[in-house]
Amino acid sequence: MFRVAWLVAKKDLRIELRSRVLLWQVVPFGAMALLLAGLALGPAHAGNSPAGPGLFYLVMLFVALLMINRSQVIEATPGTRASVATLGLDPAGVFLGKALALSIELWVSGLVLLAGTVLVLHTALHGAILALPSVLVTLIALALAGTLYGALTAGGEGASTLLPVLCLPAFAPLLIAGERSFSAALGTAGLWEWWVIVLVAVLAYGGVGILLYGVLEES
Amino acid sequence: MMSDPLVRLYGAVAFANGFPLLSGVDLELSPRSLIVVTGANGAGKTSLLRLLGGLLALSSGEGMVCGVDLAAGDLRQLRRRVGWLGHEGSFYADLSVKENLRFCAVALARPVTEIDAVLERVGLAARADTTTKQLSAGQRRRLGLAWLLLRRAELWLLDEPYASLDDQGRTFFDDLLGEVTNAGATVVVSAHDPLRNARLELRTIHLAGGRVKED
Repeated sequence: MFRVAWLVAKKDLRIELRSRVLLWQVVPFGAMALLLAGLALGPAHAGNSPAGPGLFYLVMLFVALLMINRSQVIEATPGTRASVATLGLDPAGVFLGKALALSIELWVSGLVLLAGTVLVLHTALHGAILALPSVLVTLIALALAGTLYGALTAGGEGASTLLPVLCLPAFAPLLIAGERSFSAALGTAGLWEWWVIVLVAVLAYGGVGILLYGVLEES
Repeated sequence: MMSDPLVRLYGAVAFANGFPLLSGVDLELSPRSLIVVTGANGAGKTSLLRLLGGLLALSSGEGMVCGVDLAAGDLRQLRRRVGWLGHEGSFYADLSVKENLRFCAVALARPVTEIDAVLERVGLAARADTTTKQLSAGQRRRLGLAWLLLRRAELWLLDEPYASLDDQGRTFFDDLLGEVTNAGATVVVSAHDPLRNARLELRTIHLAGGRVKED
């Protein structure tokens, strides 16, 4: 399973490095969305606003949806899908590999946008650094859930528009928990109990994905 | 002595989205044979190949391919024993020729040291580091052959492989199919029209309406 996961993750990351969709399209989109959020708040409220963590995760939601869709699109050509299916890869390994690659892509985006939050929304730097572990774990949870829902919609009619509709209810608790953890790091909310939700989500989505990804692929 | 059939289908029916793709196919294919499946658009050629590759579920009837029961067996095991070449292109467009083959080799636990020899054989050695999306249609077909040679599949399923091949490419393709059949593989090729190649020993099956009409 782990051999397949590593193989799939390397392949997805290599494709991303080669196509540079993340670098030239998704990250700039996220940065612009963050800038617009700062402009919308206006100069009176943007500085060290308590809305910073929420806006960061709102933009991360857009970025995550784009990247999840992208992660599935690279497998979507019917010929590629059939050829890869005949390799008989362990579905649990494929799930973990795609989730790992997506996590790394979201981490890269998250780090850039976190820096953007500090620069544009003037979120306290020490708070952003303290929030970093919770951000990284929340993004793993988003990647695991997104990989699962991405497989559910892959190849179907209107997959790219169905994906956000399915993902939002699943992502909502993760985004809230992530935002609360971030706010806790800034000292504007209760401490680390929100971590538990994120960690449980990582275990739950990871377990469900390992067990059910093969069924989703077959369907 | 007659060898056991590699493929046995009796009354095989397959649906997709409620639409019948195959409506009762009876077929036996021997090992080491080259079979051409012909028929008009929508006759069921691709669906038959997908069924044989474990890529399409058997809805009713009986089917046994490479010793795997299509109704109750482990289709993943079957898929590892077949090689599929679709007419849409079967690779990751942003990976190079060599990276695609390396992915295939590692996935199937085949030695990556064979990649260079396979590329040489299909005439793509000079294109090893070219991304697949930069290849011509004919070169992508050759990459498909390299992918299949690397796999050493028992059953080759080629969906309209002659599309976008020039005369030289067709000759090369024919020669290779003859070689792999002699080496023990069974090759099933779908095509719109019957192949007329005196150098190959062919069995032609004509499909219409999801059934075998002529054999």
